[in-house]
Amino acid sequence: MTLYTSTVVTPRRRSRVWAKFGESTAFALGLPILLLVIWGVWATLAPEKFFPSPIEIAQAFVQTWIGPAFVSDVLPSLARLAVGIILSIVIGIGAGLVIGLTRWLRELLEPVFEFFRAVPPPVLIPIVAALLGSNDVMKVVVIVAGAVWPVLLNTIEGVRATDSVMTETARSFALTRGERLRHLVLPSASPRIMAGVRQCLSIALILMVISEMFYSSAGLGFRIVYFQRNYLIADMWSGIVLLGLIGILLAVIFGFVERRVLRWYHGIKEVEHA
Amino acid sequence: MATADLPHPVAPRARRRMPSPRPVILGIAGILGFLLVWQLLPTIGVVNPAYFPTATATLGELGELVRDVEFWRNVGRTLTAWGIGLLIATVLACVLGAVVGLVPFLRRATHTTVEFLRPIPSVALIPLAVLMFGYQLQAALLIIVFASFWQVFVQVLYGVADVDTVARDTARSYGLGRGARIAHLVFPTALPYLMTGLRLAATVALILSITAEMFIGNPGIGRAIMFAQSAGQWPTVYALVVVTGLLGLIVNIIFRLIERRALRWHQSVRGEEVL
Repeated sequence: MTLYTSTVVTPRRRSRVWAKFGESTAFALGLPILLLVIWGVWATLAPEKFFPSPIEIAQAFVQTWIGPAFVSDVLPSLARLAVGIILSIVIGIGAGLVIGLTRWLRELLEPVFEFFRAVPPPVLIPIVAALLGSNDVMKVVVIVAGAVWPVLLNTIEGVRATDSVMTETARSFALTRGERLRHLVLPSASPRIMAGVRQCLSIALILMVISEMFYSSAGLGFRIVYFQRNYLIADMWSGIVLLGLIGILLAVIFGFVERRVLRWYHGIKEVEHA
Repeated sequence: MATADLPHPVAPRARRRMPSPRPVILGIAGILGFLLVWQLLPTIGVVNPAYFPTATATLGELGELVRDVEFWRNVGRTLTAWGIGLLIATVLACVLGAVVGLVPFLRRATHTTVEFLRPIPSVALIPLAVLMFGYQLQAALLIIVFASFWQVFVQVLYGVADVDTVARDTARSYGLGRGARIAHLVFPTALPYLMTGLRLAATVALILSITAEMFIGNPGIGRAIMFAQSAGQWPTVYALVVVTGLLGLIVNIIFRLIERRALRWHQSVRGEEVL
């Protein structure tokens, strides 16, 4: 009897699942599609010089970026960005652990670091460019010099906020320095560190774009400015779209990593909120 | 038992009232050490002194700048662009954030659009801004507003949704109207979020107003840096970079203070004093 009712119920439930799926995709894609359609209609009815229709931008995107430009401009930019981000994170966490665990060092350096963090990163570009010349090293150094601070300062803060009872427990259980670092200090600082990494990513992307726009003869930023100066409006828009896509890609990767690294933390938060 | 316990919580607080001078002394030592290293690097010749002036040269130049009216005008221009941009972004973000956050349909419908627009680096819009407005203040404002809008908007969106369910049901059963609920329930809940967003937006807006001046070329400190650089006046460049750092620090400190004042009643601020 129960078996029969369950067979009766199943198809209805499936349709509800489909309806729900359809509803959420409609919610997810409805507004973007609506906006694109409005933009497209607007651009054909009242053509504006600086706002080509989405179809033109899409065509320009395919023509400009899919092909040799991807290898000659996009990949090197992405490589510099990746190297800059990885160096910032490694240096930030490494130095942050050392400084955060040594009290006198932290007190010595904190005011200087606060100042460095307050300096708007793009002002470093002319200085680094003059010291190192306009090359790949300079661009990576610019990215690291601007993007390392949020990771570094958040790591220091996170290490300092390690629960003192836990530190003493770890000491009395005779955990070695390495074990304490790996099992206590790093996990307890990781929510703070991830918040720093999030800021680091957006700063790194900004610095990659600007350093290429004004101190380069290749790369994504250079291309966009080149298109603008030659009034290739649709191509310029396609570059902006590509930068947006890179930004979204970074956000997605970060979200994925954060969920893995901080799974335990979100679990605790959920329990606290429930 | 209770009397035996009493002195304990009092004693450390009495001790804490007199802050240890150690961090201050060490902090000053750190700044002095930094200046010393800065002074030595070009003097010894580790870096080229032509592009890397000594600390004394830079600070001397800073002293000269402070007596120059044009420098203060540039500071004023930068802060004007910053202030206008931050104001526009905050007002837009508060209104839109509150409307979108309070209407569940809009919240769901705008989610993907927001998540797609937010990560676009604002500097990517510099070429577009230049095309639309030329080398003007409006171009800079477009960049500043775009960048700082999202900081406030997302915080307001979270804050408006964070209303405690028990408090909301209580307000409903006491028959509070829509306006009263927004004034007494939604607004106080969202305020801490708004303040955090405002502080972040103030920093971002300052970064982008100086960036815009450097690369769009509307007048201000950023353009002064680029002019000094192309004229080869490196002490001026470094002095102005120090000024931008100081401006960043001041903005940060002021907005932290505003945050603390506006949230004096809130747990996160009150909690610190009780401890």
